[in-house]
Amino acid sequence: MSEQNEHGVAEQQTHHEEHEHHIVSPMVYLAIVLALFVGTALTVWASYIDLGVWNPVIALAIACTKATLVVLFFMHVKYSTKLTKLTVISGLFTFMALIGMTLSDYISRAWGRW
Amino acid sequence: MSATIISLPDQSTARIPKTNFITKENGLLSWLLTGDHKRIAILYLISITFFFFIGGALAGLIRLELLTPQSDLMATDTYNKVFTMHGVVMIFLFLVPSVPATLGNFFIPMMIGAKDLALPKINLLSWYLYVAGGILVIYTMVSGGVDTGWTFTTPLSTHYVNTNVMSTGMAVFIAGFSSIFTGLNFIVTLHKMRCPGMTWFRLPLFCWAHYAASILMVLGTPVLAIAIVLLALERTIGIGVFDPTKGGDPLLFQHLFWFYSHPAVYIMILPGMGVISETVSTFSRKRVFGYTAVAFSSVAIAVFGFFVWAHHMFIMGISNYAMLVFSLLTMLVAVPSAIKIFNWTFTLYKGSITFETPMLYSFGFMGLFTIGGMTGVFLGTSGTDIHLTETYFIVAHFHFVMVGGMLMAFLAGIHFWWPKMTGRMYPEKISQLAAVVTFIGFNLTFFPQFILGTLGMPRRYAAYPPEFQILNVFSTAGATVLGVGYLLPVIYLVWSLKYGEIAGNNPWQATGLEWQTQSPPLTENFLVTPIMDHEAYDYEWLEKQNAKEVASVG
Amino acid sequence: MSDSPAIAHGAPTEAGHSHGEHPAYQRHHFETVEQQADATNFAMWLFLLTEIMFFGGLFTAYLILRNWYYPAFVAASHQLNVGWGTANTAVLITSSFTMAMGVWCSEMRNKSGLVLSLVLTFILGLVFLGIKSIEYHEKWEKHHIPGMHYSMQNFTDPQSDPETYNEYHDKPMALDMARHTELYFFLYFAMTGMHAVHMIIGIAILGFMVFRAKAGAYTTGHVTFVENFGLYWHFVDIIWIFLFPLLYLISRHQ
Repeated sequence: MSEQNEHGVAEQQTHHEEHEHHIVSPMVYLAIVLALFVGTALTVWASYIDLGVWNPVIALAIACTKATLVVLFFMHVKYSTKLTKLTVISGLFTFMALIGMTLSDYISRAWGRW
Repeated sequence: MSATIISLPDQSTARIPKTNFITKENGLLSWLLTGDHKRIAILYLISITFFFFIGGALAGLIRLELLTPQSDLMATDTYNKVFTMHGVVMIFLFLVPSVPATLGNFFIPMMIGAKDLALPKINLLSWYLYVAGGILVIYTMVSGGVDTGWTFTTPLSTHYVNTNVMSTGMAVFIAGFSSIFTGLNFIVTLHKMRCPGMTWFRLPLFCWAHYAASILMVLGTPVLAIAIVLLALERTIGIGVFDPTKGGDPLLFQHLFWFYSHPAVYIMILPGMGVISETVSTFSRKRVFGYTAVAFSSVAIAVFGFFVWAHHMFIMGISNYAMLVFSLLTMLVAVPSAIKIFNWTFTLYKGSITFETPMLYSFGFMGLFTIGGMTGVFLGTSGTDIHLTETYFIVAHFHFVMVGGMLMAFLAGIHFWWPKMTGRMYPEKISQLAAVVTFIGFNLTFFPQFILGTLGMPRRYAAYPPEFQILNVFSTAGATVLGVGYLLPVIYLVWSLKYGEIAGNNPWQATGLEWQTQSPPLTENFLVTPIMDHEAYDYEWLEKQNAKEVASVG
Repeated sequence: MSDSPAIAHGAPTEAGHSHGEHPAYQRHHFETVEQQADATNFAMWLFLLTEIMFFGGLFTAYLILRNWYYPAFVAASHQLNVGWGTANTAVLITSSFTMAMGVWCSEMRNKSGLVLSLVLTFILGLVFLGIKSIEYHEKWEKHHIPGMHYSMQNFTDPQSDPETYNEYHDKPMALDMARHTELYFFLYFAMTGMHAVHMIIGIAILGFMVFRAKAGAYTTGHVTFVENFGLYWHFVDIIWIFLFPLLYLISRHQ
């Protein structure tokens, strides 16, 4: 049994990463919200132009960018622990697995028999 | 069976500690409004036992009907309702919460040296959601039942039946959130509440197993929730999403349903495997062989388990290419489960094995889960699945893994931790008898069903060709024996609450922080926050402990 | 017999402590305030994961049906007003900004700033729901609600709806494809409806928070509740960020 003094307890907490509580400045928030407005205008404008198969690609790309900005800055993930980042990624991964593998069935149905 | 590791205090002087989590507060409200994870675990234990016997009674009705080839005990419609309710009750109200909500709730905080789970109020909410789901299921049964099978396959459940699909759907939806909150609580607790020195790789494997199962609960169950919402909308408003005449696809429901329901089987089995890791180690007095492999295989089962769901849909109309991919991935998911079985076997090798009741159940688990798991591989191979699916082969397969596997693990855990939860030992001889009776009854019930399946008897049928009768009679006879095997523990465990021997802190001489405290534990678990300074399953550390205690008394 | 000597060293637990040792808002099963904040923050993220998977099912259904019935989806989406949709997107983005500012005010212990931010977020939330109800009402009037006297006349005979026809000049659609516009509207109502339910819950909690903020509950250094609610609110915003292009902007060109 190791001798530990009472004050050492907090440092012994193996789950405690010394994580600074980073306060994000309102200037950053302002920049992000402006970027989001620009993105919105862009996506509306792009939908009025016929870009064929690229329309949905561009719309989704803009949406993903906007979502990423919200996640990183409004939701503070950029300044969060590795655990938080891992949690977000695992959620996205499972989401993609659901959509991707279900769609793989639907897409390949049209391929017919072997 | 003469050697035993049971070590009880001197019964003439031993007493149950006056202050413990049961005596701390009195009155019904102190239980119904508790935040104490141990009390919530007991609440769950009582409720799931109640629903287990309802599910068991329904099983009895099924086996009674199948004694004869004709549908003579009940109308075929009624039979459909009976097997559906049996599935719904057993899966959602018994198997899914069984080990996590009782043993997990009780012991995870203790195993990591914490005072409670991270979110005690959410824990209590979890139980209330479970009870609400259970009440809705009872309402369903009383008001005429539902007959679609627990899988609610569309378009039968949306367009063709007149039964209580809505209330059952609501019940499952609510019970699902109970499961989600339990899993969420465990993940946060294991990440954030471990005591000083308790690194991830010093955790008992019971905790790793629950961590993996909790990931599945959190990520998988919401998809079931949305599947049920869509089912309800289709059934009431007729939106058309599962209706081919309106351009929808019935298979979409199945994709969403099985996206949860396959991980669900791992939600059910992983906690049981966690129990087995504990019992196999304790009753062979040896650390679990390949700790890291067992820990990582739990997580691997969870991850791979998300990619194989369409093996439940091979004959439903998915594309051939999807069949190929899902069949291949299913082969992959069997590997981590097998790794665990090998590791437990190597733990036994050169261990000092004794055969107390938890170990008997554990041996039963290892044998029966292996058989069930291997038959799962036959079913994962799309070529053989085409012939075996929707027959009694499937029924036998999942009962082997769920009942021969999971339920035995649950009973192993209940017996293993009973002395810690109650302070009393159960009577060993009758419990060993019950374990053996259960094992015999189980094999007699379900092994003939493998044969029936390969011979071609379809599942979910009240009537069958007369040549299948003899095997069905064996199966029903086995079910009777099995019923006795399950009734006995209820009787002697309740008996032991008053008359059982006083267990003391550590009757099994087990490692693990929960065994270093009094039985039953204090409300706050530990008087002083423990500091973990040894590896998991460190029996030498335990010996040194005992030597110190003996030296310091008197 | 109480704890064996094995469990001896470490911080004493709750027996006989005074409340001066830890802040009043720290629950007894946590060792430190940081642990409590960490744990509850992580718990909220896990809850958001469940929400991603919950909406995931709807997105899956959307992707499949849009792929199968693209012409019907295009024509049906023309029935949605881009102006209202864009306005709603702007409203939600702004509300995310005011919510983030609210978290900042809480961190800065600025009570009046926090209350203002929360009230603004609350109002913007209501504006969103107001616009949504205008849109929903319009759908009701034009018989575009699945299962409630649904009519596909506007698609088989586009000129019966002059407003939309003048903008998009859609061609008359064959009956079998026009039927699938009902699926589009089912998805529209299911996805925006589910989103609206989450908005309503959020707005209700915001109302509660305004009162608590006025009483100073969130400006004592205990930012967790505001921060975690902020995560929820931003998540609801992100869902809309995807719903907007998927439902409104499928194809607006001639």
